[in-house]
Amino acid sequence: MTAVATASWVETTALLADGALTLLGLWGEPDRVHMAVAEAANAAAIRLLTLPCPLGRYPSVGRLHASAIRLERAAADLWGLEPEGLPDTRPWLDHSAPDYAFLPVEGDNLHEVPVGPVHAGIIEPGHFRFTADGETVVRLEARLGYCHKGIERLLQGASLATGARLAGRCSGDSTVAYALAFAQAAEAALGYVPPPRAVWLRALMAELERLANHLGDVGAICNDAAFAIMLANCSVLREGVLREAAATFGHRLMMDRVVPGGVALDLDAAGLARIVALAAETRRRFRPLIALYEKTASLQDRTVGTGFLKPSLAEAFGAGGFIGRASGRRCDARRWPGYAPYPDLDFEVPVLTDGDVHGRLWVRVLEIEQSLRLIEQIAGRLPPGAIRTETPERGATAEGMALVEGFRGDILVWLRLEADGRIGRCHLRDPSWFQWPLLEAVIEGNIIADFPLCNKSFNCSYSGADL
Amino acid sequence: MRKTLFDSLIHPPFTERLVPVPDPELARMAAALDAGSRRRLGRSLAIRMVDSGSCNACELELNALGNPFYDLERFGLRIVASPRHADVLLVTGPVTRNMAQALLRTHEAMPAPKWVVAAGDCATCGGIFADSPACLGGAAAVLPVDMHIPGCPPTPTQLLAGLVALMSRSP
Repeated sequence: MTAVATASWVETTALLADGALTLLGLWGEPDRVHMAVAEAANAAAIRLLTLPCPLGRYPSVGRLHASAIRLERAAADLWGLEPEGLPDTRPWLDHSAPDYAFLPVEGDNLHEVPVGPVHAGIIEPGHFRFTADGETVVRLEARLGYCHKGIERLLQGASLATGARLAGRCSGDSTVAYALAFAQAAEAALGYVPPPRAVWLRALMAELERLANHLGDVGAICNDAAFAIMLANCSVLREGVLREAAATFGHRLMMDRVVPGGVALDLDAAGLARIVALAAETRRRFRPLIALYEKTASLQDRTVGTGFLKPSLAEAFGAGGFIGRASGRRCDARRWPGYAPYPDLDFEVPVLTDGDVHGRLWVRVLEIEQSLRLIEQIAGRLPPGAIRTETPERGATAEGMALVEGFRGDILVWLRLEADGRIGRCHLRDPSWFQWPLLEAVIEGNIIADFPLCNKSFNCSYSGADL
Repeated sequence: MRKTLFDSLIHPPFTERLVPVPDPELARMAAALDAGSRRRLGRSLAIRMVDSGSCNACELELNALGNPFYDLERFGLRIVASPRHADVLLVTGPVTRNMAQALLRTHEAMPAPKWVVAAGDCATCGGIFADSPACLGGAAAVLPVDMHIPGCPPTPTQLLAGLVALMSRSP
């Protein structure tokens, strides 16, 4: 840990507000606060700042840079750290206070529509407070935190093995990406690397996870425009991927398969052949579905122009994943900063400027093809050898950080291991932290009936951001 | 569109026969439901699902129940939007402090007779989050649970087997 002076912290805040830096994360401990930033012009230039706050206070970043607001409110709830100057001091993850004051909305003929935390379908809990003028949404304010499970508290003092299992249950749809980010952070802290075969198998699982989620999302977005045939067909393709994952890796979602030091189980030649066949079959059957989307004007009438996210907002919040890339943001942690084995693989990062529901859907469509290509390349070039390196004993405190591209964006994991090998503190930052606030912006001026469509096109994680 | 619809006419359906999972624990729980309950439930169940703070893996597998392979509605199982229409409250997640009130209110809003199914290890006993001060440790901590479906997450096959066991006549 390199502590910085308050002046440096404040200077960094100003650079964030100017757009010269992008916020990657902000998290606390009882006596210090950490912030990770990257240069806007060079995503590989990542800096970690630690500011000691013996009095439990620090100069707020959120007062000048909005994407830090919820992170600071969360740090206040979890660690009692007071962000000095933060205009919004309401609790975020702590729901123990009986009343929560939603921001006031003033004007004639406005009405409020409260929705959630229990929603109509099979979906995670969250509360959405709409203020509408007729059908048109004037303001949306989300209240989250219902899934707050105290993951970071459980991680304190946990072993690396338990930590990996907890990380894999931050957001179940991204279990591989989370376990990978956790493993990479632990490996960075302890200064060891997994064998090449394990690195490639991790990427294979990560791409299968991305493929399954994108297939599910494409179907579900179309279904929210009442085009159920896409959901039915895409869910068949998604199920095919999950069944193959179960057959080869022993778990449909591949939970607990990525572990610090490598992977938990190997892949035989038969499994490899099946995965190559799966990729070819998925590509063959996905193509006509996309043609169907392109030819259905009534479906595109719902997706095109709906829920437009301004590129400037995506940039200011450092929004990752399909949300950022559909609004012109050139970002993908697999390439910038990049990690093994991706520099050795050939893939494109699709960036569009549409910014609407259609754009976010189309980025997924393009990424499905890229993931299929990656799966085929990995399967063709999978190196032989061991799949796990023994975790070394360090005998001293060590810190590590990792940035991994999950299907919905970049996941940041920072951890400190104590001398006995146990976790002193671990922070897991879901991409949704920087995406949820943007959903409130894109729905403005749309009708309430288009909210499910906008929400599904974002598909933010409730659990991942609630911790 | 016509081609896609036509394809589905000439190809056999994806839907699979339900292969019963031999699970003595499930059989015991299903048997514990008295004959009256079974008569009332008959061959149809309206299910209100509540995520009480799960990691969303259980939701993924519950959603998969609706895909053409499992097609849960053919068993008379329906996921309903309102608790007023529901016979069964299906709970996932370790019951976070922040979701406990919403979960209880949903249960209160359901008309009697009603049953509670805890799906997944978290709802069954708190799972990996059992010791967290932010969680209450499973659905049974706040509600009378009639059936547990274990798994992290339970597979669609496990979920289906559990829900079908609740009804008087298996397929």
